[in-house]
Amino acid sequence: MTGRDGKAIALHGGVIAALFALNFVLPEYHHGVLARVLVLAVFAMGYNLLFGYAGLLSLGHAMFFAAGLYGAGLPMYHFGWGVLAAFLSGLSAATILAFVIGMLALRTKGVAFMIVTMMFAQVGYLLVYYFGSWTRGDEGLVIQQHARAIEIGATTLDLTEPTTRYMTALFLFSVVLLVTFALVRSSFGRVLIAIRENEERTRMLGYDTFANKLVAMVASGAICGAAGAAYLILFGYVGSTFASIQYSILPLLWVLLGGASTTLGPLVGTVLMFYLIDGSGDLLKTYAPGWNISHLGIVGAALIILVLFFPKGILGTIRDRWARWLP
Amino acid sequence: MADALSVRGVDCFYGETQVLYSLDLSLRQGEVHCLLGRNGAGKTTALKCIMGLVPARAGSIRLGDVELTRLPPHEVPRAGVAYVPQGRRLFAEMTVAENIEIGLMARHMGSDVREAVLDLFPVLRERLRQRSGTLSGGEQQQLAMARALCLEPRVLLLDEPTEGLMPSMIAKIRQSVATLRDRGVSTILVEQRVDAVLKVADRVSFIENGRVRETVEVDRLREDPDIVKRYVGVT
Repeated sequence: MTGRDGKAIALHGGVIAALFALNFVLPEYHHGVLARVLVLAVFAMGYNLLFGYAGLLSLGHAMFFAAGLYGAGLPMYHFGWGVLAAFLSGLSAATILAFVIGMLALRTKGVAFMIVTMMFAQVGYLLVYYFGSWTRGDEGLVIQQHARAIEIGATTLDLTEPTTRYMTALFLFSVVLLVTFALVRSSFGRVLIAIRENEERTRMLGYDTFANKLVAMVASGAICGAAGAAYLILFGYVGSTFASIQYSILPLLWVLLGGASTTLGPLVGTVLMFYLIDGSGDLLKTYAPGWNISHLGIVGAALIILVLFFPKGILGTIRDRWARWLP
Repeated sequence: MADALSVRGVDCFYGETQVLYSLDLSLRQGEVHCLLGRNGAGKTTALKCIMGLVPARAGSIRLGDVELTRLPPHEVPRAGVAYVPQGRRLFAEMTVAENIEIGLMARHMGSDVREAVLDLFPVLRERLRQRSGTLSGGEQQQLAMARALCLEPRVLLLDEPTEGLMPSMIAKIRQSVATLRDRGVSTILVEQRVDAVLKVADRVSFIENGRVRETVEVDRLREDPDIVKRYVGVT
């Protein structure tokens, strides 16, 4: 293990420990927000694997997140499936979907890949309405509180209880963070970076670039699906909004803001974006109640400043300028 | 002795435009075979066609018993042909060590191959932790060759490796090619510099309008410079 490895492992361990400690000190509101942010950061980490490392810009990742949500939500709502079975169902749905979409969409490149993934996601979005009798369209499905619990022997783990919910979200986040960390430092991760830098050259070194990109797509879809299934189970709701284009753009913004191809960038980007939107509304209400501007104006201004000073995202720029060891 | 690589009657197209016309080329074991010709004659396309990057619509490309035209492009390097394209095309964000590592991983080569490659290009050993995009042109060229040699190829395709380099670097590259020949690696070298060709090549093929017009031993070129003038326009 090199000094760089040691620093990186210490940083990741430290972040997980800090998030664990926050459970005991955060006020109730922020406790709930951070649990949600952790699950959405998992979604962003899945997106980052494909976009940040393999260099494939997808505009359709909402379909994998939604596949996780509906894959878990439909059997829970209609057939009374338990939490674990529903989670596996959501995970499987997204993984299979990612494989099928990957087989088709990866035959294209660049702008065509963006458009093709976006079109597939739009098909998914419309399917939610087409099968409205099952999905209840934009009204969505609400999973009852009593269904969101795991029986372990005589003990019941209530996933709606704030601490359990936070710890479950943190557990998923930690697992995905460590898997991503290991993945991007493995031979496979290095090949993905090589593909991002120059696909033809990578192929000329003897790598099957299509197969590697497909594996990245499936892994990315599976992580996003896990985030979707966890979101459904922890927060008990799925509606068509989660399958809309908005949820394909959001992970892109989170990753760009935090730093593409950095393992912790998705978390930083998601936290920052969430609190920027949340905080700007409060800021306007408190300090400028008479101003007739949208709070999104403040968000936009903040994002412009961030892009000016952190062109590669926050952690991407920090890595470039000060900390080359950041994974 | 059988040829290391044999190209027979290959037709190649960019879209509907034919670029190579029944191209014939034979590469002997352990020889340096240069392709000379004017810009647009089809030299680079010939290399791309051997690698499968531009598919051959007719003809045969054989590496020993293996028919390369039947392989997908990523299988050609695994079969034993390495390609160093014009302009080097390194993974600029990766360090020198990582570039070499990527080359080694492709065929699961060990540290002995890594050491052999670094012995051939000692300057890279001093730059292992440097980002490859920050190397000088000559160092980048050496890294591109080193990465290709990590595949332990039987045949090496070099596309204008001395382009834009200063004379001392050109001499180093030429020396590396000669060393590889001594180790039994057969090389097809695309070059614009006739003086470099005369110093390193065993045979030269002249390509004109997508066809090999003539193949000669390099000694004959030294005796009769008019051959070069006829096809390339300079001596």
